[in-house]
Amino acid sequence: MSNENSATTARTIEAGHWGKDVRSDLHVAIEPRDSGGLEITLESRVGLYYGSSILSQTRQVLETLGVRHARISIHDEGALPFVISARIEAAVKRADLGNDQKAYPEKVTLPDPSLRDRLRRSRLYLPGSEPKYFVNAALHGPDAIILDLEDSVHHAEKDAARILVRNTLRAVDFGPCERMVRINQLPLGLQDLAEIIPEAPDLILIPKVETPDQVAEADRLIRELKVSHGVDRPIWLMPIIESAVGIENAFAIATVTPNVCALTIGLEDYTADLGVVKTLEGHESHYARARLVNAAKAAGVQAIDSVFGDVGDLPGQRQWGESSRALGFEGMGCIHPSQIPVIHEAFAPSQTEIDKALKIVAAFEEAQQRGLAVVSLGSKMIDPPVVERARKLVARAKAMGRTE
Amino acid sequence: MTERIELAQNAAGRSVPAMVNGKPQIPYLGVAQYQPRGKKAAPPISSSKDYPENGNKRVPDLETALRNCGLRNGMVISNHHHLRDGDRVALMALEAAAKIGVKDLLWFPSASFPSQKGAIDLMQSGVIHHIEGSMNGPLGDYCTQGKMRGMGVLRSHGGRWQAIQDGDVHIDIAVIAAPTADAFGNADGSHGKSACGSLGFALADSMYADKVIVVTDNLVPFPCIPWQIQGNNVDYVVEVESIGDPSKIVSGTTQITRSPDRLRIAEFVARFLRDAGIMRNGFSFQAGAGGIALAFVDYLRRMMKEDGVKARFVRGGSTKFLVELLQEGLTDYILDGQTFDLDGVKSIGSDPRHVATSPFTSYNYHGKGNFASLVDAVVLGATEVDVNFNANVVTHSDGRLLHGIGGWQNCLAAGCTILAVPSFRDRIPVIIDEVTTLTGPGELIDVVATERGIAINPRRQDLLDAVKGSSLPIRPLQDIKAEVERICGGKPAKPKLGDRPVAIVKWVDGTVLDTIWQLT
Repeated sequence: MSNENSATTARTIEAGHWGKDVRSDLHVAIEPRDSGGLEITLESRVGLYYGSSILSQTRQVLETLGVRHARISIHDEGALPFVISARIEAAVKRADLGNDQKAYPEKVTLPDPSLRDRLRRSRLYLPGSEPKYFVNAALHGPDAIILDLEDSVHHAEKDAARILVRNTLRAVDFGPCERMVRINQLPLGLQDLAEIIPEAPDLILIPKVETPDQVAEADRLIRELKVSHGVDRPIWLMPIIESAVGIENAFAIATVTPNVCALTIGLEDYTADLGVVKTLEGHESHYARARLVNAAKAAGVQAIDSVFGDVGDLPGQRQWGESSRALGFEGMGCIHPSQIPVIHEAFAPSQTEIDKALKIVAAFEEAQQRGLAVVSLGSKMIDPPVVERARKLVARAKAMGRTE
Repeated sequence: MTERIELAQNAAGRSVPAMVNGKPQIPYLGVAQYQPRGKKAAPPISSSKDYPENGNKRVPDLETALRNCGLRNGMVISNHHHLRDGDRVALMALEAAAKIGVKDLLWFPSASFPSQKGAIDLMQSGVIHHIEGSMNGPLGDYCTQGKMRGMGVLRSHGGRWQAIQDGDVHIDIAVIAAPTADAFGNADGSHGKSACGSLGFALADSMYADKVIVVTDNLVPFPCIPWQIQGNNVDYVVEVESIGDPSKIVSGTTQITRSPDRLRIAEFVARFLRDAGIMRNGFSFQAGAGGIALAFVDYLRRMMKEDGVKARFVRGGSTKFLVELLQEGLTDYILDGQTFDLDGVKSIGSDPRHVATSPFTSYNYHGKGNFASLVDAVVLGATEVDVNFNANVVTHSDGRLLHGIGGWQNCLAAGCTILAVPSFRDRIPVIIDEVTTLTGPGELIDVVATERGIAINPRRQDLLDAVKGSSLPIRPLQDIKAEVERICGGKPAKPKLGDRPVAIVKWVDGTVLDTIWQLT
């Protein structure tokens, strides 16, 4: 395409997606020019209802970003406002246009800050470039959602996904879910942090961690960003260990900063590193998982398992979760909402366990009241660690709503 | 067309034409307000003398049959839609009529399907004057673009029976596609290579039309058992190679939705029935073949098993999921209006507890009752719901025809009417200030279940009380609407509708509930 009136060669820069099978996204093509103002064309699946709203939002975003002369062509597939802003901003930045501003969407109220030892049974992965999943994700009741910038996002889409995830953190109400982001491996991950930390995610998953230094570096940058953006609530770290070296360093990784609240494992990469096949039984990763649990417990952080990849096999998911809990894990990742209730069941103590623990706690309290040093239940003496375990189990069962 | 159409305002505040296709109309007066007097319509008396004693009513082809029936310009020709998008007989009949050279027919199908878009050519060539029956796809667009010469009339399944029975529509010739038939005209839908299950939609046509032609691709010696259509009402039988494409008549298997949001809605509805105490021994329910409805049946089945509860009957559209309930002893009967998948067809053909019904027994409002009001709960879809629980099922929000009414309006008589709908689709909110086309009055709609919560109609204090203490997210409808508008970035603009009526929506009593306007 040529533009005779323009000194520069016409070029078109794009961002976002459109097409018959695309939902809740939009595609922006921007052709910068030196004069002539803004020329916007819009085709939208929801044009009758939101066409003028999309056009005025587009103008507003371009004004914020300082773009005054360009041809902009938008194909909208029913994108929500925070997605519209993100896609336009991505196109503008790719075109290297305008100022350095950001086109922020309206902000929802932040939930309460997340506690270091909160319940983290299930965390639902949401690909950072697929906006259609964001708005309803929390409805399915995972303990956390993960906006993923790493493996589920194509290399060419990293910049756009970063902006989209930033807007999502700002504009989407995830209810009681902990808001997690999985950043890319450092150093790319440092750019992710710069974009998202101002929006105060509750937790950052750092992938492919092998040494404590990597966590320390991210931690340092997060601290700086928090200060410069006035974020005064905790942002926890969950390093993902995905290699043999990482497993060897697990304890050091978990203790490098008190901001680490949990360790987790990535089994696809770990088994690849070992050169073994990942199986349904998981014997090949048994040592790594047990070692990781031990390191986490020694460091006083949570141990969280990998994801179970076969969405269609819910009984298999259940079984994996149960053996995972038996090993000492407190939760795992999931990639489809149907896995959430199954994981919650798998990681819940059974009613028999709860009943027994309640009896032990009651016996302990009674002994305390009567000033007895020894706790006994029936004819059996109960050791202090047993009491401690029972108290933890009851607290956990309460948090899961399994007992009063 | 440039003539002015006189409009009247009905009891729902909707502007409706006072005259449609030359017939004066009664505007909707409110639920249960209109009661006609007088006698039902009836076909002329026939005499066995005029029919062969050996019972052989076969003629070589449809053209001969139509000629023998005295086909003339301006007549009303009817078809049923049990063969759905696979049907070949309706177009075969209309094309035969074209060959004979008649004009200005009123085509009166129980529903039309996209595969029948050939009817557009017949309207353009003048063979068909207009269609009274559900229209969607290309036919729906043709109608809403104002290209049809007459006005479309949309009726529910029960409303179609009512219209035939009350004489609102007089069928001159009914052409009935029959998967199995004998030469006397007895016909059955549950057997044969083109089996479709029930033939209930064709029953009124067979009883009230002046002339009845049965078209089959599976002629059996007398008697054809069961005889869903009685040969005593039939004038001619035509044997053809194929009445339809079996792969489009029934789906191989009906599929449960995989969308987590829709599964959540389905689970909410099942839990609602349980928590409200509707799911109890001897109860009954109806759910269609949509993805949410199927998933609902699956959830409900699990809960019925857990609680040891058994239904007295379930109402089809039957699918493999209802058939499984029957086979597992979780219901005594399936009362089937239409049969959606192969499992349903197999079951209705072999299990005496799986019963074919007609709109007369299930839906007709001008009868001595009907069993729609005996159903404890019904789960339906909708394109839009407004803040007063009024719902639209026939048009998109832009006014284009999307669905027929089907049994939807008739089902509103159930003890508890539940609309299972997503709260928005592609940024377009489903819960809005005012529906584009009123299809169901809000006073008959009790519950709206969305992925963001369940709203109960304030008129149903009993239901509100029944679910107190339930863990279900019960919320005011306004509250869900406000949340969705926040997510979608404000209320959607209201598309401008045209000012020329192209079709009307009838209420179950034959009064005019709303108007479909020409698209601008």
